[in-house]
Amino acid sequence: MSPLEGLSLDIVEALAALLMMAVDLLPESVAAPFAYQFMQRALITSMLVGAICGLLSCYVVLKRWSLLGDAISHAVLPGVAMAYLLGWPFFVGAFITGALTSLGIGALERHTRLKADAAMGLMFTAAFAVGIVIISKIASSTHLMHILFGNVLGVKPTAVALTLLASLLVLAAIWLAYRPLLLYAFDPLQAQALGFRTGMIHYGLILLLTLTIVVSLETVGIILVVAMLIIPGATAHLLTDRFPAMLTISVAIGVSSAVVGLQLSVTFDIASGAAIVLVATALFCLVLLAAPKHGLIAGYWRRWRLGHAQA
Amino acid sequence: MSELAPAIQARNLYAAYHRQVVLSDVSLSLPQGQWTAIVGPNGAGKSSLLNIVIGNLAPLRGEIEVLGRSAESQRRAGSIAYMAQRENMEWDFPISVRETVMTGRYGLMRHDPLWQRLLPMRWSHPSHREAVEAALDAVDMADYASRPIGELSGGQKKRVLLARALAQQAEILLLDEPLAGVDPPSEALILSTLERERRAGRTVIMVTHDLPSARRQADHVLLINRTVVGMGTPDDMLSDAMLARLATSSEPEPLAGGVRVAA
Repeated sequence: MSPLEGLSLDIVEALAALLMMAVDLLPESVAAPFAYQFMQRALITSMLVGAICGLLSCYVVLKRWSLLGDAISHAVLPGVAMAYLLGWPFFVGAFITGALTSLGIGALERHTRLKADAAMGLMFTAAFAVGIVIISKIASSTHLMHILFGNVLGVKPTAVALTLLASLLVLAAIWLAYRPLLLYAFDPLQAQALGFRTGMIHYGLILLLTLTIVVSLETVGIILVVAMLIIPGATAHLLTDRFPAMLTISVAIGVSSAVVGLQLSVTFDIASGAAIVLVATALFCLVLLAAPKHGLIAGYWRRWRLGHAQA
Repeated sequence: MSELAPAIQARNLYAAYHRQVVLSDVSLSLPQGQWTAIVGPNGAGKSSLLNIVIGNLAPLRGEIEVLGRSAESQRRAGSIAYMAQRENMEWDFPISVRETVMTGRYGLMRHDPLWQRLLPMRWSHPSHREAVEAALDAVDMADYASRPIGELSGGQKKRVLLARALAQQAEILLLDEPLAGVDPPSEALILSTLERERRAGRTVIMVTHDLPSARRQADHVLLINRTVVGMGTPDDMLSDAMLARLATSSEPEPLAGGVRVAA
């Protein structure tokens, strides 16, 4: 065992011990599965992924980057396959092809007549197809399934440590660049006029998005990660008109759907990634109906009252 | 006044947008500390000129200087406050009126100590908050400070955008059609606020289609239709003869070797 692996094992065990103090407060029937180490690792990973997806999803939703998130997540596949082929950590390969594809999309958009959606659709399906071709040559179909749909119950300690590191990186970047990022998301023209380097902010945000997607692979998989990059932010947007509150709510939704989804996937023996996404979707539907200001019921109520007042 | 550098000076400026030439051999000098109205038909390159100054459009050829230095360095120094057209904004964004005006200070906050930049606004330097409150008062929007910007009327939105530009306390106010789609009370308020800023020594540069206000308020009028048609006093420039010349002055020309795209 290398010193790095030893260190990551220590960190993961310390985190797991902390987490178990909270889990032990829960009723026995809920807490029981988490006595296993693999469940503890799965819990840590999904909570981290829920948190950073929640953070990034605010920017994705407000900047209308949903399709870009989808594109990057698919473009990660050939990178994973090539990393597997070369014996690299799959994080590295995924990051390279994800970043390359987002650069390619930007270049197509700027230098041709193609619009953004066509540029994205073209680039990511091509990258995805390359990935499938490579995988169908070298690996088993279970391996492909794990990449596509995640395999959080099989997460290794080194992967947990990497997820932690990436999460801290994303958190630090968003904190340090909070105001430039906010201004860029809100009003890029104003950011430009104030002398901010908007090109750097743009690609920095895309890099953060790529990093988040790569980190989420083991938990929710390539196909469903985009859901975690849209739903928490979209739900939070319905609940608040203040950006810091939106970030907080979005993280809370990301983490709680990850935890509840994981629990459900163990209880009912269903795919964990899909369970997490479905819990998040259920939360969204609830909020869509019942949100105090931007919810459907509140909207109908306002219209009904208006009609009533005029009658 | 003569030793003052011009607020904006352009020499032989060319620019294209969507492969269509929008500015062709534009040379101009807009004086500091005065009010200049930029007038021209739609698609005449007025907004493109502003876009070059704020760094959103790179000129093909030619030079542009702001207050005697490069536009880039003046942007970073916070000398240019820009008020965009309302249509370019995300009004759905979860942000309050006060926070929107505060974004006008974001450029200046780069010079604050790191710990202040990492903490919420209430720990930032009081000068930022004072400038924001003063700007909100100036446009009579202090009562709406905590409202989400999406709930405002058209005229109120314009006033908030003006407040954001004021909060920056910049030497130059660059306004892209500040009076378009504004109700009469808001229009009067915007014009009197700008007049006060000009008296305080600031440069006001506004792109406008509203000729009466340009005639009444501006010190100079720049007529532009892809190239400079004229620059002078409002009375000289807004005469019927000059306006007729402005309308017919320039045929659209495609970028050499480029594909022509309908404007």
